[in-house]
Amino acid sequence: MENILDLTASELGEAIRRKETTAVEATEAALENIRENEKNYNCYVTVDEEGALESARRVQKEIESGKLTSPLAGVPVAIKDNMCTEGLLTTCSSKILSNFVPTYTSEAVLNLEKAGAVILGKTNMDEFAMGSTTETSFYGPTKNPRNPEHVPGGSSGGSAAAVAAKECFYALGSDTGGSIRQPASYCGVVGMKPTYGRVSRYGLIAYGSSLDQIGPLCRSVTDCAMILEAICSHDPKDSTSVERKDNRFTDALEKDLSGMKIGIPRDYFGEGLSDEVASPIREALEVLKTAGAKVEEFDLSLVEYAIPTYYTIAAAEASSNLERFDGIKYGYRTESYDGLHNMYKKSRSEGFGPEVKRRIMLGSFVLSSGYYDAYYLKALRVKALIKKAFDEAFSKYDLIIGPAAPTTAPKLGESLSDPIAMYLSDIYTISVNLAGLPGMTVPCGKDRNGLPVGMQLIGDSFRENSLLKAAYAYETALGGSFERAFFKKEGR
Amino acid sequence: MANIISDETIEYVGILAKLELSGEEKEKAKADMGSMLDYIDKLSELDTEGIEPMSHVFPVRNVWREDVVTNGDDRENILKNAPEEKNGMFEVPKTFD
Amino acid sequence: MAKQYETVIGLEVHVELATKTKIFCGCSTAFGGEPNTHTCPVCTGMPGSLPVLNRQVLEYAVAVGLATNCGINRYCKFDRKNYFYPDNPQNYQISQLYLPICHDGSVEITTEDGTKNVRIHEIHMEEDAGKLIHDEWDDCSYVDFNRSGVPLIEIVSEPDMRSADEVIAYLEKLRMIIQYLGASDCKLQEGSMRADVNLSVREAGAEKFGTRTEMKNLNSFKAIRHAIEAETERQIDILEAGGTVVQETRRFDDNTGESYAMRSKEDAQDYRYFPDPDLVPIDLSEEFLDEIRNKQPEFRNEKMARYREEFGLPDYDIDIITQSKKMADVFEETVALGADAKKVSNYLMGETMRILKEKELDPQDISFKPEALKTLISLQEARKINGSVAKEVFEVLFFEDIDVESYVKEKGLMTVNDEGLLRKTVEQVIADNPQSVADYKGGKEKALGFLVGQTMKAMQGKADPGSVNAMLKELL
Repeated sequence: MENILDLTASELGEAIRRKETTAVEATEAALENIRENEKNYNCYVTVDEEGALESARRVQKEIESGKLTSPLAGVPVAIKDNMCTEGLLTTCSSKILSNFVPTYTSEAVLNLEKAGAVILGKTNMDEFAMGSTTETSFYGPTKNPRNPEHVPGGSSGGSAAAVAAKECFYALGSDTGGSIRQPASYCGVVGMKPTYGRVSRYGLIAYGSSLDQIGPLCRSVTDCAMILEAICSHDPKDSTSVERKDNRFTDALEKDLSGMKIGIPRDYFGEGLSDEVASPIREALEVLKTAGAKVEEFDLSLVEYAIPTYYTIAAAEASSNLERFDGIKYGYRTESYDGLHNMYKKSRSEGFGPEVKRRIMLGSFVLSSGYYDAYYLKALRVKALIKKAFDEAFSKYDLIIGPAAPTTAPKLGESLSDPIAMYLSDIYTISVNLAGLPGMTVPCGKDRNGLPVGMQLIGDSFRENSLLKAAYAYETALGGSFERAFFKKEGR
Repeated sequence: MANIISDETIEYVGILAKLELSGEEKEKAKADMGSMLDYIDKLSELDTEGIEPMSHVFPVRNVWREDVVTNGDDRENILKNAPEEKNGMFEVPKTFD
Repeated sequence: MAKQYETVIGLEVHVELATKTKIFCGCSTAFGGEPNTHTCPVCTGMPGSLPVLNRQVLEYAVAVGLATNCGINRYCKFDRKNYFYPDNPQNYQISQLYLPICHDGSVEITTEDGTKNVRIHEIHMEEDAGKLIHDEWDDCSYVDFNRSGVPLIEIVSEPDMRSADEVIAYLEKLRMIIQYLGASDCKLQEGSMRADVNLSVREAGAEKFGTRTEMKNLNSFKAIRHAIEAETERQIDILEAGGTVVQETRRFDDNTGESYAMRSKEDAQDYRYFPDPDLVPIDLSEEFLDEIRNKQPEFRNEKMARYREEFGLPDYDIDIITQSKKMADVFEETVALGADAKKVSNYLMGETMRILKEKELDPQDISFKPEALKTLISLQEARKINGSVAKEVFEVLFFEDIDVESYVKEKGLMTVNDEGLLRKTVEQVIADNPQSVADYKGGKEKALGFLVGQTMKAMQGKADPGSVNAMLKELL
């Protein structure tokens, strides 16, 4: 067998079932690689070596006894540090939660555990998922394994980097405005944000509740379908969780795209988009045409309004969601204080980083008396318009394809100085969250510096299968592996 | 820059958000918020007359549970992460109603 | 010279609903648990936890709305009200601002000044806060989240009341309606019904309202009355002195009879309400509403008519018995066991009301078994006990779960029906009281009463007064 770390999650699951390897061997290999590479990449906030090995041994026994038959049984996974994990530090990469050990596990992670996943640890992220580079983390930035001078993207940068660096076989991330798709694109891995309501948010520490969704980061489209199948559920503990019957995602993995109509929004290929990103995507579209898809350009409209709409809504929700961090029930409390309100202010001001404070302040302002209508309600109205624009597009197309981000991964330290410039990197991903739609990125090439370029596929609500089908056809046409097609190092 | 954020506004938002900014942070926050609001003001270009604000993107309605007790005593877990705790309660600086 | 002022009052009444579980989680609402033993990640605001609405809360809220002539917003939402306080675990309270469940209702109240309508602006659902416990000895307070997330409805009236009497009549009316619905026990002392009083004064005849203040922490009718009187006076004094009333929230201290402002510069009173993204909208069908309409109980007016018809009770009795659902229930259950309606009614209007008043209890606190009262009445009808013994026993059964018949036997309270003993005793009384005997024979009817009393006393209260009377007349 080739290096076990090169296997995709589904390949590893298969190998474990065929007794070619074990969950314990896979876990040990991943941990070994983590020990070797973490100093370079900083993908994890917490690595749970002992817990991972213990659960690997337990899972292996259950696989052997026939109790666990899921295709992902025994496969080691990394979890973004904003999903609660019982007994395992969960920080949101924030000082304010730097000592928080949840007493319950988020529903999506529980679903994975039921499927026999082995949790390696918790991955680094932008603090409270606010950021696009994983540089706002209290635990220092994560570096892009494809080129450590560059950021991995964010906010699920630790998860994307861990998958790319083979410090895990797959990972969970969360996506509020592109936080799975953009880092997946920057790191050259597959990432999907499912339809809002597809995966339970119970136990996901909220940033923008109406936009947040948990999803997979992985190495192949097959992995993506399998992981999604494992994590999605109708959860009575999450009122926004939707009951669906169409959750056999692996059934969608077909190579023939005959009859599929793909729309290409002209507005996604205009000013601001780097040529080095545009060309590989255009090449990929040719591949999809060959597979039978009909590709057509159209005007989506409203693209430039998505970011201001998003920042109004997300900041407003965040300002409220993050009120609970007050130094009373959990998390950081300042050392010395004079009375209640001083305790609140000091704990929060010392506990939150600058980007989080910036969004809390903005969110509190747009909800405050006298501004609610002009800012918040206005944004909710524009959101309705954006949803309508997508509805119209999906009356004509099965799928929309465009870039995931305007450029490839920027260098470390270049983004944070100008917030609006950083926010612009989310321009192609954000409206998908506003409209609640499923979005996916797959690698489609690299720039002249060897940095990955991602292609984004956007589907109508609950049509993850269309995304998976097109992505699978593309992957197959490339020879079955994005890694081999684009990133295989010379001489290996 | 169209939106000038005053010291009073930053002070007021600090009270709402329970954040205390240093002098330097305050200046930065004023500038940042001003430019963010300028950016958000772009939305006023759009005519949204008659458009219903969309708080929930999908028409999911009427999600509820039955009135049945499902939780027992979980006090130990609830208090596990408390910075300060006494007699099974969370300790806070004295409050005056 | 002295100007005439009018007091204008609106009320915000919070009522704790009688559900088994909290509004957004499966924790028990039972009273009296050790601190934080009825809590979970949801009602303590743990990161990642999410609320799910308790359907019963919605049903109760709609039922109260229908019973108070409100319109029901079939499409409604929950909003977050953001403010920091330690008893508020998320630092936002889930409530309803933009689309409350009920709107534009009214109830009719009656006071000495007559009958009028008090309009209800809206009724909304929300969650209660936890409890803060203060330790006098150290510089800390302590938070218990057992009450956090207990469902409340807030009934907001229009500023339609003009006196403390009207306010109390309004509260009594609301309490009666809600108790009839079984939606809450509405006990002010225990906090399951709480009223915030919004009050302003204006010169009589003025069109515009004055500036109002809001008073909190009023947990008895007495406190409410005192607070209204004190605040009216305070505001008039300010105006008379040429000052202006400041719009503020004041806390009333029933011990001193004074209120003080609850202001702090850290308290901006800007709640930044917005629709809670974690809860989906409610969109009620006509069937849902019909189901609740069909479940509405018999209300007081219907009950009064029925009591007149079915039991032939005097209006005076009916008025008292139906004032509380609990009392009416006890009445009906006792009668259903075969007791005479008028006799049951007498016990409720007389002894029961007396005990409740003496002990400062609420009809909700009645806990005796209808069987006990029924037995008591039967014993009395069979002349096995006399009236005064029955009253004594009633006082016992009111507080203790006794078996009435064995209790009467054990305590030796049965009427003595020994004619020989009675004759002997009466003869002795006649012999001992020659003056009274002479008075009676001289035409003073009153003297007979005295002799009856003496006989009863000699027989330790256990004789049947009728028999004593007859025996005395015979022997005299």
